[in-house]
Amino acid sequence: MDKNISHHKKVLLHFKDVWKTYLMGEQPLHVLKNINVEIYQGDFTAILGPSGSGKSTLMNLVGILDVPSKGSIYLDGHDISKLSETELAKIRGKKLGFIFQQFNLIPTLTALENVILPTIFQNMSEPSRLEKSQKMLAKVGLADRMHHKPTELSGGQQQRVAIARALMNNPEIILADEPTGNLDSHSGRQIMEMLLNLHSQEHKTIILVTHDTHLVQHVERTISLKDGEIVDIKTKQITHK
Amino acid sequence: MIKDYFLLPLKEIKHRKLRSFLTLFGIIIGITAVISLITLGQGLQNAIAKQFTTLGTDKLIISAKGNVLNVGLSIDAVKITTDDIKVIQKTPGVKNTAAMIYSSPRVEFNDNPRYFYVMGISTKDEERTLIEEAHSYKLLKGRSLQPTDNSKAVLGYEFLQKELFNKEIELSDTILLADTEFKVVGFYDRTGNPVHDKSLVIPLKRYQELFNKSDEVGMIIAQTQAGENPSLIADKITKELRKSRYLKEGKEDFSIETPEQLASTFSTILDIMQIVLIGIACISLLVGGIGIMNTMYTAVLQRTKEIGVMKALGAQNYQIMSLFLIESGFYGLGGGIIGVILGIFIAKFAEYSLTLYLGPSFLSVEINIFLIIGTLLFSFIIGCISGLAPAIRASKLNPVQSLRYE
Repeated sequence: MDKNISHHKKVLLHFKDVWKTYLMGEQPLHVLKNINVEIYQGDFTAILGPSGSGKSTLMNLVGILDVPSKGSIYLDGHDISKLSETELAKIRGKKLGFIFQQFNLIPTLTALENVILPTIFQNMSEPSRLEKSQKMLAKVGLADRMHHKPTELSGGQQQRVAIARALMNNPEIILADEPTGNLDSHSGRQIMEMLLNLHSQEHKTIILVTHDTHLVQHVERTISLKDGEIVDIKTKQITHK
Repeated sequence: MIKDYFLLPLKEIKHRKLRSFLTLFGIIIGITAVISLITLGQGLQNAIAKQFTTLGTDKLIISAKGNVLNVGLSIDAVKITTDDIKVIQKTPGVKNTAAMIYSSPRVEFNDNPRYFYVMGISTKDEERTLIEEAHSYKLLKGRSLQPTDNSKAVLGYEFLQKELFNKEIELSDTILLADTEFKVVGFYDRTGNPVHDKSLVIPLKRYQELFNKSDEVGMIIAQTQAGENPSLIADKITKELRKSRYLKEGKEDFSIETPEQLASTFSTILDIMQIVLIGIACISLLVGGIGIMNTMYTAVLQRTKEIGVMKALGAQNYQIMSLFLIESGFYGLGGGIIGVILGIFIAKFAEYSLTLYLGPSFLSVEINIFLIIGTLLFSFIIGCISGLAPAIRASKLNPVQSLRYE
């Protein structure tokens, strides 16, 4: 199991005896079985596993889009398993930033409006959110594409908009679910570089879900899942350029 | 920011123009009907009130009971006769009386037979003046009827137009009224009342002979003396007529009404008609509301993934619900705006057509700003109510399942 736990780091997320069970007819299906893991602040963690291993379910729990069937999840030391939908939504808006495989931009909105969207739900003031969103888009190299709709952007550009959107509320954790899955290798590399930079330069906690073992070469910590169980946790020292 | 909750739904509506437009149809038809009916109804009520008030507040109209809608038409078994005129004239407080009778017989000119109202009126100067005043008749050409006139007629303004008989009628022309020749001695100016402008006025006596009415009259106009209360005089006349007609109290077969009372009777009838018509129009609003609901359910289904994304981005249930509610409210409001414009256009077009056909001052359509604001608010609320169930469904979607939705 975890062979080199970074005890000096602050625990951001703590999964304690977490189970996720679905009922298939009358048969219970245990998608996650007794998960015990900690995610540290400022770490770049990858959740690795083949399809059906339960990594997406784990990702949903990490993103507090879902709650466990059994066990507890602690975020910053607070048990979030028993929180109401509204409280969960508030935490998602403040502490988490999502990047999806299919980008998931709103097609009717421009790149700029898509980036602004999370701030609307947080009631951020209009001038500051406009300035911030423009800055974010410039940061991902899309200053000249701000007023383009998603359909007018390439896959790589759309994913960069999604990264800018994920960063808008200045979240502690960035969750990236197969972020390169729908991209060509060049764009995929660019996106990975961006995530690595966010980690190394801005010290964001990044959780990457992937089935691609090549992607995790530069990742500090890898949690491997198989059949709903953690089969391995590896930690390595990465020197960023 | 509240502004965003209005801008985001607007973008969605704009994005799906055709579907949005089709969704509006039911509401557009409903609101168009409601606005045009209310506006026209109000215009019609004002026109009727105006027509009655031109009679003057010092006048009473005595007619056979049950004859309110056919004032002056002698079609009932109960009759008002010249004997009644004498009784009314003798009643204290009554200054003057005048009798008249209407029907719509065949009128022929230039070998064209047509049907018009023919009015038999008293020809004594004072009595004739009273009736002319009550009908807003002012002489335009020729002269009024005189006590010595027999087969003479004074015609309404419309008879000066060529269209009625394919030929203009001129002074001294002869027209055939119920196959009897009448000489045209005068024309009245336009009154604005289409019935009066298309009426022929002949001496009461000649009318009674011609239509075999002996001493029968359709209605009596009684003018009260200055300073007298018309309602009290009406009570006195009722008492006198009851006595002369040998009737018990409460069993009167005649009615005495002031112009205001007559106007309010017409108003009530118009109100009932309007309520029925608006009720029918509301069925269209209901259909429109169901259309909005259907569109919103489709929108929730199509945007399930977007809802999941918004929830992942921190949107709370009430925020998702607000977005969908406002979107459906906009559908209602959009339909309302187009409906109001069309409704006013239809009402104005009706006013224009009626003015062209019946002359000015008959129907005046007034745009009521409160009606417009109220209707727009109402249509927005209809939209919101129709979108409530879909909006609740959207807000309660599970984020994980929504994100997986394809």
